[in-house]
Amino acid sequence: MRWLQRHIRPEQIREFSLLLLIVAAVLIFGSMIDGYYTSRTFNRIASSVAIITVVAVGQTLVVLTRNIDLAVGSIVGCTAYFTGAQLAAHHGLPPVVAVLIAMALGCAMGAINGALVAYGRVPSIIVTLGSLAIYRGILIDYSGARTVTTDSLPKWLIDLPRLNFITIGDLDIRAMFALAVGIVVLFQIGTSFLNVARRFYAMGSNPDAAELIGMPTRQIVFSAFVLSGTLSGLAGFMFLARFGNITVEAARGMELQVVAAVVVGGVNIFGGSGTVFGAMLGAIMIAILEQSLFRLQISEFWRDAILGLLILMAVASDAVILNRLRAIWSRTELKLVTRPGTGAAP
Amino acid sequence: MTLPPILRRWEALLLLMLVVIAGLNIVYSPFYLGVGNIVNLFQLSIEKIIVALMMTLIIINGEIDLSVASVMGLSSCVTAYTFHAGWPMGWALTAGLASGAVAGAINGFWIAYVGLPSLAVTLAGLIGYRGVARILVEDRAYGGFPEWFNQLGQQPLLGPLTFSIIIFLAMFVFMAVVLHRSAAGRLVYVMGNNVQAARYSGVRVKRVKLLLFVASGVVAALAGLLYSARLGSVRGDMAVGFELDVITIVLLGGVSIFGGSGNLLGVGLSILVILNLRNGMGLADITGNTQTSVIGALLILSVLVPNMARGLHSKLQGRET
Repeated sequence: MRWLQRHIRPEQIREFSLLLLIVAAVLIFGSMIDGYYTSRTFNRIASSVAIITVVAVGQTLVVLTRNIDLAVGSIVGCTAYFTGAQLAAHHGLPPVVAVLIAMALGCAMGAINGALVAYGRVPSIIVTLGSLAIYRGILIDYSGARTVTTDSLPKWLIDLPRLNFITIGDLDIRAMFALAVGIVVLFQIGTSFLNVARRFYAMGSNPDAAELIGMPTRQIVFSAFVLSGTLSGLAGFMFLARFGNITVEAARGMELQVVAAVVVGGVNIFGGSGTVFGAMLGAIMIAILEQSLFRLQISEFWRDAILGLLILMAVASDAVILNRLRAIWSRTELKLVTRPGTGAAP
Repeated sequence: MTLPPILRRWEALLLLMLVVIAGLNIVYSPFYLGVGNIVNLFQLSIEKIIVALMMTLIIINGEIDLSVASVMGLSSCVTAYTFHAGWPMGWALTAGLASGAVAGAINGFWIAYVGLPSLAVTLAGLIGYRGVARILVEDRAYGGFPEWFNQLGQQPLLGPLTFSIIIFLAMFVFMAVVLHRSAAGRLVYVMGNNVQAARYSGVRVKRVKLLLFVASGVVAALAGLLYSARLGSVRGDMAVGFELDVITIVLLGGVSIFGGSGNLLGVGLSILVILNLRNGMGLADITGNTQTSVIGALLILSVLVPNMARGLHSKLQGRET
């Protein structure tokens, strides 16, 4: 027990149990559905995980700083439509430029949110509830309710979702899924080891303390929103590649799935704890549920009810179970420190 | 910076906005001042402003309820579903209201007794209650309600006033008395200002919070039923996104998002401002989407402007001393 407490943090237990839950879900659904363990199931789940995960990474950073970004669905929709419209008009546009356009647009939209929250001191829920409506409204006005269609897009973009990154046995790892995993690894390493990124945690754990020790708290919040916007822009590009047909309603309501993924993944809604990796696990859990319910022919209308329940359970278990674990952990730490000779410190 | 105190108040600014917007409306449309248009003005958003009254109490209490629009959908769907399953209309309506009370009680339990943030709980509610509504009606549209139910939603009942408007006016007076003239109303403010202090002075904090959320659920359910009476039919996606308008009305009315301050006079004025603004934009041929964008901008500005004014004020004072 003591060994456990020295080497593992309560948050890691939280993530590990989610991993177990995912394995259990796959085993249960696998026994209920014929032909579940195929590469087709894997690809279906992976391609929906990829987009949600990229947005969820940015959302994690925002939630870590005790804020929330509800505008991500509108940002994904806007960037997908705008980039699609540009590609349809200029077929010669190089892929890199297209991605950069999407990310720059997302970055700008995130920066507006971030400036209002960090420097205007308006609560994030108000800012992003407002900009969710504003960005969507701008999209509808800009597009004149026209649709970007698959045939108007260049061929490389339409082929992109089926592009393989690497093939392991029967499993094709698609490039977009690999990209999402790459981003998670990058941000996981960054938020674990980089000083600059640890500030997101410091800010969320105790904003007053962060301010007192001289951290640029406003910049931290601002940059979280900018990163969230930029990653949503990238996800907008992936959305465009995956679906091809982009209406003005594209990605409406995605913010709910993303917040669900983040919260189910163990990122504390009060800020200050949780990981990018956990958010990805949350996204995987939700995608597995969604795909499997679909395969079980349970009506799609059940999806929202289950998603809502999942969020509530995640938040509740965090508040009740995780807090108890933390209490046990800190009590033992205290004992180890106060009692000499137990080998707390070498 | 030596305005008389009365003019420095938020309500004075709202009144000014109202006069300007109403003035423009009168100039642009000869029909604006007719009784028919004024009633219509209220009637078109009556459900939102009924919910806004209860939301005022929730936000003053330092919480937020994002699930109201989904509860509106839930109650209408429950009523439609039970009615088409053969229940008499009266019982179906009761079931709809009860579903709102249950939804509110679930929210309130997690917030008050387990101590979860209302933002997270009611966000889960926003998704979950809408999900339950969708499970009940799927992608069908239910109509064929009794004639009296549709008439209640559409026909004037007392003079030019419809049933919904009478309910709104009665609720406004009732809420104003409760909030500003009763001990229970003071509790709502005290808890919004400092929940610890309230607890130490013996306020049953948990019970008050639970009651507030149950009331919010019931009022949202009632608004949902009025909405379905007005439309004459029920769908799974009715009232989606209404929480934006509701919260905008309350915050524009000068209620602090951090709780503890604000009053119903401000909210009443803000209701008039937003109704007239929508009406005016409609007259000026501005589409519904742009209107929603404007409401979104108004939401942000209603918090940003007082913030900046306060910052500027303290900076100026700092220089003088």
